[in-house]
Amino acid sequence: MSKIAIWDRNAETMRRADIRALQLERLKHLVGYCINNVPFYYERLTKAGVTAEKIKTLSDVQYIPFTTKDDLRDHYPFGLFAVPMQKIARIHASSGTTGKPTVVGYTKNDLENWAQMVARITTAAGADDHTIVQIAFGYGMFTGALGLHYGLEKIGAAVVPCSSGNTEKQLMFMRDFKTNALVATPSYALYMAECAKESGYPMEQYHLRLGLLGSEGCTPEMRDRIEQGWGMFVTDNYGLSEVCGPGMSGECQLRCGLHINEDHFLCETINPQTLEVLPVGETGELVVTTLTKEAIPLLRYRTKDITKITEEPCACGRTTARMDKIKGRSDDMLKIRGVNVFPSQVESALVGMQKIGPHYQLIVRREGFADTLEVKVELVDGSVLEKFAELEAVQNEIKNRLRTVLGLSVKVTLAEPKSLERFTGKARRVIDLRNEH
Amino acid sequence: MIIKQLSIFVENKAGRMAEVTQILASNNIDIRALSIADTTDYGILRLIVNNPQKALDALKTASITVTLTGVIAIAIPDHPGGLARAIKVLSDRQISIEYMYAFLNPNNATAFVILRVEDNEKALQALQDGNIRIMKESEIYEI
Ligand SMILES: [Zn+2]
Repeated sequence: MSKIAIWDRNAETMRRADIRALQLERLKHLVGYCINNVPFYYERLTKAGVTAEKIKTLSDVQYIPFTTKDDLRDHYPFGLFAVPMQKIARIHASSGTTGKPTVVGYTKNDLENWAQMVARITTAAGADDHTIVQIAFGYGMFTGALGLHYGLEKIGAAVVPCSSGNTEKQLMFMRDFKTNALVATPSYALYMAECAKESGYPMEQYHLRLGLLGSEGCTPEMRDRIEQGWGMFVTDNYGLSEVCGPGMSGECQLRCGLHINEDHFLCETINPQTLEVLPVGETGELVVTTLTKEAIPLLRYRTKDITKITEEPCACGRTTARMDKIKGRSDDMLKIRGVNVFPSQVESALVGMQKIGPHYQLIVRREGFADTLEVKVELVDGSVLEKFAELEAVQNEIKNRLRTVLGLSVKVTLAEPKSLERFTGKARRVIDLRNEH
Repeated sequence: MIIKQLSIFVENKAGRMAEVTQILASNNIDIRALSIADTTDYGILRLIVNNPQKALDALKTASITVTLTGVIAIAIPDHPGGLARAIKVLSDRQISIEYMYAFLNPNNATAFVILRVEDNEKALQALQDGNIRIMKESEIYEI
């Protein structure tokens, strides 16, 4: 690991008390700004009895109503903008898989802040002015490519705006330009590594050493495969287009959570069912308030992403709070006997078990008044068939792993290979039979 | 002489046994002996067939979880006490049997017993010393 560089020492190593004071000051201003400039917020906040004067402490944020993706859709395209079009410098949109896309705008200041935030997180990940970075996110309406583009330019990196696709050409540029950093989704980075191996050029001709991957989840197992495939160090970053795009948070080289740019964002976690605010350190749905956005400020935006936040100082020297890698979507969360269960947790518990396949299915039932969870996995290793004790040992190992991860006792069922349903798109691994009569 | 046995993982659902035997039949594989041990959810089917390697390949191709293991087959006279004597030969040398199953040879009045033990070599020696008839691979496959 190279020495630790910090892009904005002032913002990133501020004392916790100063961060909080700055957030409170900005939150108060933001509430007034929203009431005065966004009719939607004027109505909502008036109804809820919230004014800037009523925000006395940071925890008063809990009295502000949530904003959801539906609110953005309902006000398509510019209904939540707080500035006239003369002030808008750029417009992005995220594709809606259902319904209208969500549209976000940026003022000049918003773009400058965004680039600064990306400069911070890419510096934290290990990029600098020696970096030659290929951006293999699709350019266009998505925030990903342009967001990283301008932040990386700011730190002096040489930016190669390849966009996604045309992998052969990407690989040629990588070899010829001596590209040493890659911006891509984890799955595309992995695909590129496979193509590079097959294309016949020796891997020594590639110089990648840093991956700035994001825009989709990445399990530790996948990260390992990408790192082995390219021989590079992979970091994760996070940001929703609704709140700005990539740059909201990112991993430093110690990779112990994603540092949040707290001078621009106030983050909370809530219980997605009861909507109550959780104490710092508890896992729940991430809720984000944009503290400095001018074009489309959002109050308590529900991200639907599940994570937890820690305020412990990081060994890298940054004092900003860190969020965990996203654990899953709150829509996928199951509540079983009072315990929150995410399919991704089950997946992480099963990763690396040689005797079973990677596919699994969760079946939730109600027996009497208690919920039960059954996990079905495919047994692929025949060597355990000699003794029932060995088969039972496999079942018990899975059971113990799941109990450790979920804090819940589950029934483990071994199934035959290829007997569980396969999915080409988004996997539906949960069968919830509790509401069937 | 060590015989190859197939152990096959089957879920307890209707038709699975038939599917497995159908795969073997369509590959011209004959089952010589069969035993099934099951729990409520799944079972382990143990088979002695005339061509174990071919059977293994065919089952693996069909994505069935299967393994080959070495077992011992002995022949014992089909009358009371025959099996007891063979077991005593092993227990005298502290060789424990993990599982066993028997089948009758239709051609003469002998029973064949398949024995699964921890250490085949040690068990073979004990059986030889005890004058128990050990079946050759070819004998079993050609019944
Ligand atoms: Zn750090």
